[in-house]
Amino acid sequence: MAVTDAPKIMTARLGYEDSHTLERYLATGGYEGLRKALTMTPEAVAAEVDAASLLGRGGAGFPAGRKWSMLRKNPVTYLVVNGDESEPATFKDHMLIEHDPHQILEGTLISAYALQVSQAFIYIRGEFALGLERMQEALNEAYAYGAVGADIFGSGFSIDVVVHPGAGAYICGEETALLESLEGKRGFPRIKPPYFPAAIGLYGEPTVVNNVETMANVPWIVLNGGAAFAALGEGRSTGTRLFALAGHVRKPGNYELEMVKTTFRDLIYAPVLGGGIRGSNTLKAFIPGGVSSPWFGPDQVDLPLGQDEVGDAGSMLGSGSVVVMDSATCIVRAAWRITKFFFRESCGQCTPCREGSGWLERIMYRIETGAGREEDLDLLMDLCDNISPGVLWPPQQTTICVLGPSIPPSISSSIRMFRDEFLVHVKEGGCPFD
Amino acid sequence: VSHLEADLREQAQALVALYPEPRSALIPLCHLAQEQDGWLRPEAISEIAELCGVTAAEVRGTASFYDMLHTEPVGTYVVSVCTNIACLLDGALELLDHAESELGVRAGGTTPDGMFTLEESECLADCDRTPCVTVNHRYMGGQTAESFDSLLADLRSGALSETVPHHGTLNRVRRSVGLVADRSAIVAERAAMAEAEAERASEKEAEKA
Repeated sequence: MAVTDAPKIMTARLGYEDSHTLERYLATGGYEGLRKALTMTPEAVAAEVDAASLLGRGGAGFPAGRKWSMLRKNPVTYLVVNGDESEPATFKDHMLIEHDPHQILEGTLISAYALQVSQAFIYIRGEFALGLERMQEALNEAYAYGAVGADIFGSGFSIDVVVHPGAGAYICGEETALLESLEGKRGFPRIKPPYFPAAIGLYGEPTVVNNVETMANVPWIVLNGGAAFAALGEGRSTGTRLFALAGHVRKPGNYELEMVKTTFRDLIYAPVLGGGIRGSNTLKAFIPGGVSSPWFGPDQVDLPLGQDEVGDAGSMLGSGSVVVMDSATCIVRAAWRITKFFFRESCGQCTPCREGSGWLERIMYRIETGAGREEDLDLLMDLCDNISPGVLWPPQQTTICVLGPSIPPSISSSIRMFRDEFLVHVKEGGCPFD
Repeated sequence: VSHLEADLREQAQALVALYPEPRSALIPLCHLAQEQDGWLRPEAISEIAELCGVTAAEVRGTASFYDMLHTEPVGTYVVSVCTNIACLLDGALELLDHAESELGVRAGGTTPDGMFTLEESECLADCDRTPCVTVNHRYMGGQTAESFDSLLADLRSGALSETVPHHGTLNRVRRSVGLVADRSAIVAERAAMAEAEAERASEKEAEKA
């Protein structure tokens, strides 16, 4: 079965033109989760999220409940919602922010109550101008409605939420870089340990950072129970997830699917989902979880969309972005462009990433444009090894954050899968697809 | 004398009040200054520094890290063409070539009349409408060479002045209320932490002496 009859947990409202308004939100069950949560103890709310086994939807897939339980009990704690979505070809958070901001806000408020936090920040990627306006509008409406502010819904719980704009930097999606940015600084990831901002976060105080998609699941979990959420999916991958499908498919878009029950083949080919490869071409390769993940070929298309299933096969579900490349795609050009992205977005703190990304980009470019040498392939792998020793999966790290080890996968997996295509570029002195 | 106009200065002060530490307002204030001037003038940088309690160098140091904050003038319309993976697979490099020849500037350049700055951008997260083009961060959907030309024409004629405000205007929706939750516990805890910090510092000083 390509698509299960699992409930639409996050996308139920998206068919409405006015899905972003309070009026539509209330007409479709909005803020019922928050009302219910406020009748429960904070511990009971946290226990539901824990029972849901909700894995963080930002890319790393860390259990949200466990993140919460690490928070030191301290009057000064913050909840920060990460809406800085910048992973190439990932556009699910962008959609949620623009089309259902109240749902994110409600999830944030419930989480803040569970954590007993009195100030939350929603960090929105700066480029999302409409998203920022919609989120601020939603927040204004929610204040007037009594869902945010002092003594919300007469519960005695008070919470302020601030919508904070980013200003254009991929690295600010890394949670410690995001906190630096929120403190008004350059987005430099912080040295670990401490590994979690729950120990030392915003202004050095205990902080929980959650992704917006993670937050969007919380109202449903509270209303329907953690067990109902955990009953969806399989194994460690519970609930539904938004998959951002892009590239050479007939119907690119965001699809909410039950975890594990659907395969990449379903996502790409099912008529109600991707609808198959565009034109008369065939599938050449696909990127299963954002451009930081190793690529897959047609042989792996029957893998289920599950955290561990994809992990065990040597890649990751990551940000939930699937990029499809058809038979007319120049693999070298695609891998070069991804490498160029990392070169541009490296924050520059660590030498292997700052220098390595630039060297890799220039070598990839010279191969693509016909000035490559056969030994460049070994040189590329050697450089990858300097950034991520062994070029293993899961990757080793020589840098402060995971941007460094995110650079090699597209190069190493494309060389492994399409070595001949690299060599044709070298031998013919140019791109055969030009 | 304030460089920011009165209402923006008021906005700026309200923003600073939202954060436990004023420096957190630095990026929002940079956006506000760009709303007025289109870019970050040195006078604006000094004023942001004053409002956030940091030096102008610290404001510039932060601003120069971020793609959206401009320490040099840009055009009225910043046209961003994404060439990252999803757009690359749908002809983005060809569209960027077309944009460069149409505008007569390379990516990163500004037209002599100050109307357009062209940018080659990284993924803008609109990957089901490719190749993605934004103007002043307003999404224009997937573009072809032809639709791009008519987009430029509409921008030139002012037909899009409602939907696409001049560069720098990011969030036109202002926050309606300040902070309303009781913050006394936070304030007390932060004060205690600051005191403990000062104590540790003075102990260190004493040790040195």
